[in-house]
Amino acid sequence: MMPTIPVDPERRRQVAAAMRAVLPDRCVLADPEDTRPYECDGLAAYRQLPMVVVLPDTEEQVLAVLKVCRELHVPVVPRGAGTGLSGGAQPLADGVVISTARLNRILRVDAYSRSAVVQPGVRNLAISEAAAPLGLYYAPDPSSQIACSIGGNVAENSGGVHCLKYGLTVHNVLRVRVATIEGEMIELGGAAPDAPGLDLLAVFIGSEGMLGIVTEVTVKLVPKPAAAQVIMASFGDVASGGDAVASVIAAGIIPAGLEMMDRTSSRMVEPFVKAGYDLDAAAILLCEADGTALEVAEEIERMAAVLKEAGATALTVSRDEGERLRFWSGRKNAFPAAGRISPDYYCMDGTIPRKRLAHVLERIEQMEDTFGLRCANVFHAGDGNMHPLILFDANQPGELDRAEAFGAAILALCVEVGGTITGEHGVGVEKIDSMCVQFGARELDAFFAVKRAFDPEMLLNPNKAIPTLNRCAELGAMRVHGGALPFAHLPRF
Amino acid sequence: MQHTIERFQEQVRSAAAARRPLRIRGGGTKDWYGQRIDAAGGETAILDTRAHAGIVDYEPSELVITARCGTPLAHIEAALAERRQMLPFEPPHFGPAATLGGTVAAGLSGPRRASAGALRDFVLGVKLLDGKGEVLTFGGQVMKNVAGYDVSRLLAGSLGTLGLLLEVSVKVLPVPLAGATLRFALGEADAIRKLNEWAGQPLPLSASCWHDGVLALRLSGARAAVDAAVRALGGEPLADDARFWQDVREQRHAFFDGDAPLWRLALPPATDALALGPQLIEWGGAQRWLRAPADAEADAAAFARRMRAAATAAGGHATLFRGGDKAVGVFQPLAPAIARIHERLKAGFDPANIFNPGRMV
Ligand SMILES: Cc1cc2nc3c(=O)[nH]c(=O)nc-3n(C[C@H](O)[C@H](O)[C@H](O)COP(=O)(O)OP(=O)(O)OC[C@H]3O[C@@H](n4cnc5c(N)ncnc54)[C@H](O)[C@@H]3O)c2cc1C
Ligand SMILES: Cc1cc2nc3c(=O)[nH]c(=O)nc-3n(C[C@H](O)[C@H](O)[C@H](O)COP(=O)(O)OP(=O)(O)OC[C@H]3O[C@@H](n4cnc5c(N)ncnc54)[C@H](O)[C@@H]3O)c2cc1C
Repeated sequence: MMPTIPVDPERRRQVAAAMRAVLPDRCVLADPEDTRPYECDGLAAYRQLPMVVVLPDTEEQVLAVLKVCRELHVPVVPRGAGTGLSGGAQPLADGVVISTARLNRILRVDAYSRSAVVQPGVRNLAISEAAAPLGLYYAPDPSSQIACSIGGNVAENSGGVHCLKYGLTVHNVLRVRVATIEGEMIELGGAAPDAPGLDLLAVFIGSEGMLGIVTEVTVKLVPKPAAAQVIMASFGDVASGGDAVASVIAAGIIPAGLEMMDRTSSRMVEPFVKAGYDLDAAAILLCEADGTALEVAEEIERMAAVLKEAGATALTVSRDEGERLRFWSGRKNAFPAAGRISPDYYCMDGTIPRKRLAHVLERIEQMEDTFGLRCANVFHAGDGNMHPLILFDANQPGELDRAEAFGAAILALCVEVGGTITGEHGVGVEKIDSMCVQFGARELDAFFAVKRAFDPEMLLNPNKAIPTLNRCAELGAMRVHGGALPFAHLPRF
Repeated sequence: MQHTIERFQEQVRSAAAARRPLRIRGGGTKDWYGQRIDAAGGETAILDTRAHAGIVDYEPSELVITARCGTPLAHIEAALAERRQMLPFEPPHFGPAATLGGTVAAGLSGPRRASAGALRDFVLGVKLLDGKGEVLTFGGQVMKNVAGYDVSRLLAGSLGTLGLLLEVSVKVLPVPLAGATLRFALGEADAIRKLNEWAGQPLPLSASCWHDGVLALRLSGARAAVDAAVRALGGEPLADDARFWQDVREQRHAFFDGDAPLWRLALPPATDALALGPQLIEWGGAQRWLRAPADAEADAAAFARRMRAAATAAGGHATLFRGGDKAVGVFQPLAPAIARIHERLKAGFDPANIFNPGRMV
């Protein structure tokens, strides 16, 4: 837990008054009781009351807000739906939070050009819902999709179960309109396949609200597959499960989803969701095919052959949509289930080269003994993005410290085997210290050069994501206590 | 290889100290692309990347290949083909000497771009030698990584203006199991309309090329999907289609013969037919090639303005891709706010302005 810093009331009055001069009254929140809901995002252990919150209605108002911030030298924290898990939208005591809550209109959905133009506050799932009558959808599907905003997705380069086959946000966003901190509107990318000059859109996506405020997004829509089926396969040990993942890919198959759960996870969720998981299996793989009915049949047959060859001890293919969803339900509910069997847990987010999966799982198993804590492994096996859940009880002396050390060891392991400290949750404030495990002084300098190119005065979401050298310290992690976390009802990856 | 990097570093450091431009050069296959390097009247030394070659790591089950910049593209494609994998963006080579570094720096994609994605979509990580002679590592060899800004993708298509790409990791994909090419007799407007309609349906499209009343459409994927699409779409099958698509990619198609300046219009794919003269249209309507007619030579600037106005009106941009008078500007000028960001990025990565100065402007 970080200490919260008191807000200077005099400064608050000054900034709120300046904001009210450019925004309607209802768009400016300055009373602590009004700003309280903004004090944290999905990383609830870190809280800080913002100085002022503004909720602009229009792009012009966004520019006006930024002008005030520039003139008064106030730092700005953009905020979408606040579902971020790394504290990216965490407020500053001397800063303004600019919320996109009122910029929530779908401006255009077009079947012929297969694209939609939306404001940043539009929810991820709302785009697919609007496109559904046209037989189209927006592919990146973070588990938070009913709540998170497309602006937040752009800032975090969010992914989901389908991103192995359909890509991340960066592969599915064509263009963004951005209000710069210098007071101009710029467009990055476009509806054309590329834009002149350097690919600023690619560097903007995933920049965690540090380079500009997104005011409009054009997304690519893709045809909805006609059919989908999933194979549930059991393995006698995690190593052969990990190797099976490699075999599927090496056989030239890119599944629509390729996810793995270890025995701790399946035993954790089965009592709650009754998915019918094989509780004796050391690992369960869920391997999905989508496309036309014929394509799905062909791919399921090929996947089944590869999984058998790789040593699967049991295979079940979903017979209908209800069964498919049931097989997935356990995988998608691992987080709430963890909250029910353990008073506390840490959710880690790291990525490793797939070929090291078995090795990493074995090392984590050894670490369970070393740290004396259980760890449930559920993850996007297809792209190596792991979400180990470290179960602990903060009321037991020493467990919290051991859990933290365990988490740090896992992230260090990810980097050691050639992976990275975050696959999809971002760095934010949570992992800012872990950045130093992965990057050296030269890379951090280069990141600051990118930052200054967009934000010379360093006013946008300062002190997030990119650490200054002297801050490099210990590893960070997400801590959840007593299931008391925002969006507890949603699956967490 | 360490020795080669040290030699590059020395060359970069002395160039920076003398503020003398360096021309980064791979296979020399894209000499003609981009603006002329601005040597400010002085000498330009060549930094030849070819000594830094070789595949560093390739694990088919990982879908990632990592290789040094001077590795011939053909060498990489052969290694992938052995394992039935490919570079999904099908980069044009424009000559047998093309290198991986030059391919990534040029940022060009081939026929599969509209369905599989562009080169930048597949760049996962790079090792870069910056203008101070420092070696930096961005991204990595994994598919999902949101730590720090995505500098690797920023470098894709940067034409060597931010630094020397020493090593690149690219995502690869399996070669599709089946394929077919269909030909349809269609006028320009009808072809564009059809392409956009088909793209909204779950069809295994993997390339398109329209020219002179004929639309060629490539399908790739699972056997069942390709067969079903062939039955549903009709059209004339094209035998030996691999050769056809390679010719389109390498611009050996008859449309590209001769010396007339070649313009490239990048447009929203749904843009209606543009009455600008004979064209070759790729990428489902999004990439349109145009030759400047002989009488345009007289007033190249006016012709360039026409191309740019037409492209801008449609929401895209125009590039003087090959030949012609580069004085009219090769690339479409940037909005002032964006140009300023470019300048600061250039100053950040290459403070002495030594790498390919002016090539991208
Ligand atoms: C239950 C749960 C499950 C999750 N599952 C997944 C998952 O499967 N995959 C995944 O990738 N993530 C997942 N997340 C994380 C989170 O949902 C994503 O990071 C999401 O993209 C955040 O969107 P948001 O609108 O809530 O953004 P916020 O949390 O409000 O903000 C996130 C970041 O974006 C910036 N930002 C927001 N709006 C703008 C804007 N308009 N302009 C500039 N910057 C802006 C903020 O400053 C901040 O840095 C999950 C979170 C929860 C709570
Ligand atoms: C003696 C001589 C004089 C020349 N004079 C001129 C001149 O005055 N003006 C002019 O415009 N051209 C000139 N050229 C052409 C010049 O060689 C090319 O412009 C440039 O070297 C690109 O080489 P390429 O096509 O092999 O690049 P490719 O290898 O095909 O690469 C294309 C682009 O990528 C860049 N690149 C290649 N490898 C890397 C890498 N590893 N990292 C980063 N970037 C990379 C290149 O600089 C180029 O921008 C001259 C060439 C020679 C041999």
